[in-house]
Amino acid sequence: MSKISVIIEREYITRVRKKSFIIMTILAPVLMAALIVVPTLLMTNQDTEMKKIAVIEDKSDLFRNAIPNIKNTEFVYLENTSFEDLKNNFEQAGYYGVLYISPEVINVPEAVQMISRKQPPIMLLEHIERSLEKEIEKQKLLTYKIENLDEIIKNIRSKVSVQTIKLDNTGQVKQTSTGISMALAYINSFLIYILVFVFGSQVMRGVIEEKTSRVVEVIISSAKPVELMMGKIIGLALVGLTQFLIWIILTFGIVTVVKTSVFPGDGIKEAIQKTSPQDLMSSTAGITQEQTEQIAQQTRNISPEFAKLFDSALNQPWGLIIFSFIFYFITGYLLYASIFAAIGSAVDNETETQQFMLPVTIPIIFGLFVAMSTMQNPESSIAFWFSIIPFTSPIVMMARIPFDVPPWQLALSMVLMVLTFIAFVWMAAKIYRTGILMYGKKTSWKELWKWLRYKG
Amino acid sequence: MSLFEAQNVTKQYGSTLALDRLSISVPSQSIYGLLGPNGAGKTTLIRIINQITGPDAGELFLNGRKLKPSDVADIGYLPEERGLYKKMKVGEQALYFARLKGLSKTEAMRRLKYWFKKLDMVDWWGKKVEELSKGMAQKVQFVTTVLHEPKLIIFDEPFTGFDPVNANIIKNEILFLRERGATILFSTHNMGSVEELCDNITLIDHGRSMLEGNVDEIRKSWAGNEYMVTFDGKVMVPENGNFRILESTEEDHKTAIKLKSLTPASSNQILSELMKSGNILSFSPALPSMNDIFLRVVQSKSSEPTI
Repeated sequence: MSKISVIIEREYITRVRKKSFIIMTILAPVLMAALIVVPTLLMTNQDTEMKKIAVIEDKSDLFRNAIPNIKNTEFVYLENTSFEDLKNNFEQAGYYGVLYISPEVINVPEAVQMISRKQPPIMLLEHIERSLEKEIEKQKLLTYKIENLDEIIKNIRSKVSVQTIKLDNTGQVKQTSTGISMALAYINSFLIYILVFVFGSQVMRGVIEEKTSRVVEVIISSAKPVELMMGKIIGLALVGLTQFLIWIILTFGIVTVVKTSVFPGDGIKEAIQKTSPQDLMSSTAGITQEQTEQIAQQTRNISPEFAKLFDSALNQPWGLIIFSFIFYFITGYLLYASIFAAIGSAVDNETETQQFMLPVTIPIIFGLFVAMSTMQNPESSIAFWFSIIPFTSPIVMMARIPFDVPPWQLALSMVLMVLTFIAFVWMAAKIYRTGILMYGKKTSWKELWKWLRYKG
Repeated sequence: MSLFEAQNVTKQYGSTLALDRLSISVPSQSIYGLLGPNGAGKTTLIRIINQITGPDAGELFLNGRKLKPSDVADIGYLPEERGLYKKMKVGEQALYFARLKGLSKTEAMRRLKYWFKKLDMVDWWGKKVEELSKGMAQKVQFVTTVLHEPKLIIFDEPFTGFDPVNANIIKNEILFLRERGATILFSTHNMGSVEELCDNITLIDHGRSMLEGNVDEIRKSWAGNEYMVTFDGKVMVPENGNFRILESTEEDHKTAIKLKSLTPASSNQILSELMKSGNILSFSPALPSMNDIFLRVVQSKSSEPTI
């Protein structure tokens, strides 16, 4: 028993000290954190400069105050200014750009021009378009001379957002977000896929290295082949878990540091909730009461949605997800790593692994495909079968779990997984024991079958 | 008393019989040579002794008791194909193998320091194995083989890859290990080292023991009726019915003659005849080299029809 721990220690320490491991361990969280932080930064910080946009209407007065100010952008309605004059010196006058509205706009959609030095942000353009469209609609409606038009418009303005609510067996109501479930399903099954593949093939490469450098003969004269094989597999699993843990800690660390330095004292969630209504309210001072209300309503809609999203993220069965992730990572990894170890023992160099690799990689890749389709329809029979069959179940089941899996299915899948990995570790050990001492012979499937049945 | 014994060991790989009822007996504190052409079954036997593979039939004994898995701690093994992790540092690697053999970390460190100093390898401690030459790596492996002070040390071709200086160092270390009580079993093609080192040998061919016994006795029994005579000065020896001259060389005012007696005449008879020719400096039976014996045994065997 102490021998296997010496082997695990060597596998672990030599790998953890490798430069490639250290670089990957540090770099990946930086990238991950950047992936989380940069979009947030972009979202909150992109328009820090105040933009002033001059609005000029040609020979009419239809759109005065039609475009409400938004964050960082002020629309200044200019009368008695000619577009041609301002066009050439708007920058000197302190404007970001000039919006020119021609009277034909009611009939010709292209009759609006925005002149600026820089490419205006798409959000800004959409805002202008939406505001003008609304105003034009209103103007057109006005021509019908309807009484209490403002009231009517207020009344008919509506908004739809489908809320998904799932009933579980106990009759409890849970608010879920399909988006969050899908993201979780995707991340989990993809991580299992990557981890099993990366560390499984590292096991194989390690076995081949030991075989070709003939180290194996020295070790086998001191320890049992099974001890060497399992030592390598367990050592690498620990390396994987270590790396995974450091990634999570570092990613959260970096995100937290960046978060607090960008939004001092606030979490991201609060920051988003805060910026929306209050900033908008203050910047809209001076606009009519009606418009302010509109904006406030719109922005109020944003934060509850976000809060709901957050709630449904919290409503995910986290305990189950983490438990099954660890379970399926360990069993899936043990299953495939032992197969990879057996393959490594049967060949003389890495190029020879091809013929054995294909039948092994097919189920993994197939599992990933099924997992992707599972996200579209978690209850399909394909999803069911492949989440029960052991070779694909780690990947497919992880994709199903965020969508609630009946307990008996999960139990069946896990039991089958355990039985299969035990059977495969046992078979792999038999092949490994014979394979690592065989040189110079190209191994066939028939040969492997023979090794499997050798005694002693 | 024999430290190690193998009785009727048989091992079959598919249709080939790698070992056929082979028996050897290695006396305690001796050096035992395992000879044989390539593919004779030497490495198979060594692997069985190391319990890397099991025999199909036959029994193995260490110290008079049946060989059991925990005995690996009492055996040191230097395989023919040297195996070290290329990317691992020399010191750590030696420590790793020592710990696999059951030594504690501190004990292994203490012994490694002793051996690294003794074999002038201290500078290599922090180097990676891939930075070492073949001979240097082999020295490292030699140390890892003997570090846990095994009772039985098995060397598979210990001298290949060494320059004459280092081969000599290793030779002396092997003799020193025997002095300190170890029993050494080694396989080799280098017949010179067999004559120099081995007390006993077994010659294996096609998985069978062809020749076994004490090296000196084997050489005497294979001596035939050949003698070496040295005369003072230049001498011409006439042949007669009793002997035939095989070789005659002259050097440093001496004449060395190799002759073969043709009759069952005793050496005294031949000597008395030779004395007539000149002043004899030495007279001895010409022992065949192990190389000759090896070739004769293996070739006579392979000329027989195989069953």
